[in-house]
Amino acid sequence: MTMTVKTLIKPSEYHDSVSLMLTARELSKLDGVRDAAVVMATEANKSILAEAGLLTDEVKSATPNDLVIAVSSESESFADAALQKVEGLLKKKTTSGEAGVFQSKTIRGALASHPSANVAVISVAGRYATDEAWDALAHGLHVLLFSDNVSLEDEIALKKYSRDHGLLLMGPGAGTTILNNVALGFANALPAGPVGIVSAAGTGLQEVSTLLARRGVGITQGIGTGGRDLKKEVGGIMMLEAIKALQDDPTTAVLTLISKPPADEVVQLILEQASASDKPTVICFLGGNMDSVSKIPNVIPARTLYECALLTAHGVQSLPTLVAKSGDFAVQTFLDAENASLKEQANELRKKLNPSQRYLRGLFSGGTLCYEAQVIWKDILDNPVYSNAPLLNESALPDSTKSYQHTAVDLGEEEFTVGRPHPMIDNDLRIRRLLQEARDPETAVIMLDVVIGYGAHPDPASELGNTVEEAIRLGRSQKRDLIFVASVTGTEDDPQSLSRTTSTLERAGVIVCNSNSAAARLSGLIVSGKGG
Amino acid sequence: MAKINDIFGKDLTVVNVGLAGMAKSVSDQGVKVVDLDWTPPKDGIPRLRATRSGVSMDAANQEVVSRIKRGQAVLVGMGIAREVIPGMHDHMILHAGPPIEWSRMCGPTRGAVMGALIYEGLALDEKEAAALVEAGAIEFSPCHHHHAVGPMAGVVSPSMPVFILENKTFGNRAYCTQNEGLGKVLRYGGMGPEVYARLKWMETDLYPALDRALQTLPNGIDIKSLIAQAMHMGDECHNRNRAATSLFLRAIGPALARTNKDNEVLARIIEFIDRNDHFFLNLSMPAGKAMLEAAEGVEGSTIVTVMARNGTDFGIRLASMPERWFTAPAGKVQGLYFPQFTEKDANPDIGDSTVTETAGYGGMAMAAAPAITQFVGGTPQMATQNTLEMYEITFGEHENFTIPALNFRGTPLGIDVRMVMETGILPQINTGIAHKDPGVGMVGAGILRAPEKCFSDAFEALGKV
Repeated sequence: MTMTVKTLIKPSEYHDSVSLMLTARELSKLDGVRDAAVVMATEANKSILAEAGLLTDEVKSATPNDLVIAVSSESESFADAALQKVEGLLKKKTTSGEAGVFQSKTIRGALASHPSANVAVISVAGRYATDEAWDALAHGLHVLLFSDNVSLEDEIALKKYSRDHGLLLMGPGAGTTILNNVALGFANALPAGPVGIVSAAGTGLQEVSTLLARRGVGITQGIGTGGRDLKKEVGGIMMLEAIKALQDDPTTAVLTLISKPPADEVVQLILEQASASDKPTVICFLGGNMDSVSKIPNVIPARTLYECALLTAHGVQSLPTLVAKSGDFAVQTFLDAENASLKEQANELRKKLNPSQRYLRGLFSGGTLCYEAQVIWKDILDNPVYSNAPLLNESALPDSTKSYQHTAVDLGEEEFTVGRPHPMIDNDLRIRRLLQEARDPETAVIMLDVVIGYGAHPDPASELGNTVEEAIRLGRSQKRDLIFVASVTGTEDDPQSLSRTTSTLERAGVIVCNSNSAAARLSGLIVSGKGG
Repeated sequence: MAKINDIFGKDLTVVNVGLAGMAKSVSDQGVKVVDLDWTPPKDGIPRLRATRSGVSMDAANQEVVSRIKRGQAVLVGMGIAREVIPGMHDHMILHAGPPIEWSRMCGPTRGAVMGALIYEGLALDEKEAAALVEAGAIEFSPCHHHHAVGPMAGVVSPSMPVFILENKTFGNRAYCTQNEGLGKVLRYGGMGPEVYARLKWMETDLYPALDRALQTLPNGIDIKSLIAQAMHMGDECHNRNRAATSLFLRAIGPALARTNKDNEVLARIIEFIDRNDHFFLNLSMPAGKAMLEAAEGVEGSTIVTVMARNGTDFGIRLASMPERWFTAPAGKVQGLYFPQFTEKDANPDIGDSTVTETAGYGGMAMAAAPAITQFVGGTPQMATQNTLEMYEITFGEHENFTIPALNFRGTPLGIDVRMVMETGILPQINTGIAHKDPGVGMVGAGILRAPEKCFSDAFEALGKV
């Protein structure tokens, strides 16, 4: 079949990447259209277009300020029809959104008309984000810097300035923050309560805060610092400042700190600061060595996010007479009992598999959840788990688009999100990958994390559920029973509702566990056969 | 010192810079969100914060805006151009905009120059006038080089009477001719016996009467105050001066009556002013000039203190570089035309009247003048949007000029070259349209934006200081 590629350049026209994606998706649904892209003509996007076979000479000469619409189609007339439609699609977006209300273009302009503004949420492309963050800080705004691709030097300079001026600089790459019980970015509807969380891991903060909420424990603040904060170069500037603030905050009784393993010198700084107050402080350096942590009286180490939430909840409920670490025993007993029942469940499920089905496939939208699962699998599985975001470099997945043996894929990694929305917003990528795994005769268990809440897709369970049903049918047609295990990160008060999301998934045939940790444990036990 | 804890427990107001979805999920929680209409800056536009010698541009701009605000422009008297305007002489003609030689002058300016020479008695007709100029007998100079401003062609010849405005705070003075009215008039390049007769009457009857009246007012007439009042009556004091003209008549009326013996002369003067809604323009312009000039010479400032056009070029000058013009071709005006005229007849943008926008009124204050949109075929909402947009490129807000429709917010003041370049928003200008040929006059009115090149050149120069 011959393909026609047609492109249209609109000079100096800017739209944000999400609306461009939505427009591209509308275009690709049109008759006769095989593929469509609507992107700014940056070098990165040009190489994506080249790979998709959509790079025309016209596009090659476009500048990063130009908008490119590219369509490949079965015939010229279909392509022309699509290009004509695009004007309308883009215009629809601009007119309905702005109905006569003036929108400021600059932070300074916005502040002139809204002097009470106190927080900026910045999600523009990384190369512009630093300047915007400086503007916001200069005007005394706290900043949630959602954007990625901010240089380490810029991050350090921004954070030093923030520290010296009593401001929060949350990020870069901070997806989640809960400030004064307002969810900024990806976050959930949480009750108010005595726990103050500081996290260098976005979905880690979501997982712990929602697990607390399900136990009736609320938070004062949930401050995301961005994933690089605890690197040696940044030195944990923002985590240290946030800890101090929560230690001084009379409404915060218990502190919870979450991160992937920090640099050793930063661990020391954090522990010193944690011991500067009597407030019980639960620390989860996910997958890290917790020996040094356990030596400090008011510090309670946690190995997983789940354990972190249980210890925090226990700490809160034992207040005010909490003796540090008294929670260890009770929580461990509880976990042991829960693990025993997971083993039994795994044993039953394992019977459904045929001998070719040997591998585990984890398809994650949350980076920290992918990481937590690997931490758990390390103890359960004899063979390595390959990943595009591995615990150790030797288990790096050679090709992120193809699974190899046991595989954990973080679909929120940059390699997947350039030019398309995050998998928490858009399920398309995960749907395609899920069917790909289902077709693989070696796949035994497919594990999913389903993150709901503000910022997330309005109904991920329905889209994923439909795909799971399709995958199960596909497996059965080849005489295989596929096992789907998932957990939902969310609360009942979230717009998508925890119970509604859970039951939709269950109806589709997914086994829904009470935490990402439990889901990982169950999946691991099924494929390892270590259920007993 | 501020602490992180200060934000705990406070109501949040969130400024969203980027994805619309982020704004929505916050506003869904009932939290106030200000969603920016963010667009990326043009490639290669750095953020300028200080000069190479370390002068803070913001601090410099603060000083400039403060000086402009503190200026008090008062009409203190009148005089004849050759006697009162510094540097003026018998063979000099001043014109609007940046410097320009005769060969590059546009039709209306040439018309006004020739008309002025005939009015002065230096030439009998256009041919003679043109020959005089071509023989090099006339020296041309921009009004702005002589503390003066002129609307449209802005031609000031030696015998013309001028208003004298004094900035009482800083002591500097500014000058402008009397406004002739609309239609076939000299400043639009109009020529002919009726044009010269009107100019003569303004010299021999109007000027002496106004001058006599002003001499009896020891404190003069506070023009800044009249601008502020008119802004509450639907004027923006560039393209709409109806209320301000009436206020001026009220202010000078008693003194005029007391100092005139002939009631018929008085009646003609009142009629002339009353029939010319733009009479006040020639007071609002030098008022702006007097207030802006006091802010010149502040090192490191990125604020524009001169914007002016000569019908061929558009030029700007900065408070920190008051001697240097940054020019670009003058733009085309989007407007409404008098019957029988079209866009094809229009001369490019012309005149010093952009001094009003520079000083924080005119196009900056369109929200105060919803009726102005009749001129340009827009809606009152559009006028408000225009003013709101101008706040994006101005460093400050005027405390004395306020806009009722914006809850008495001060007008956008102090066009900052950096902000123009960062946002890509160019200053809004309200203006009249002159016919492109000499001798015809005014053909319409409209709006346009200042040309980007002036600002990008100035921005580049700022990056080097």
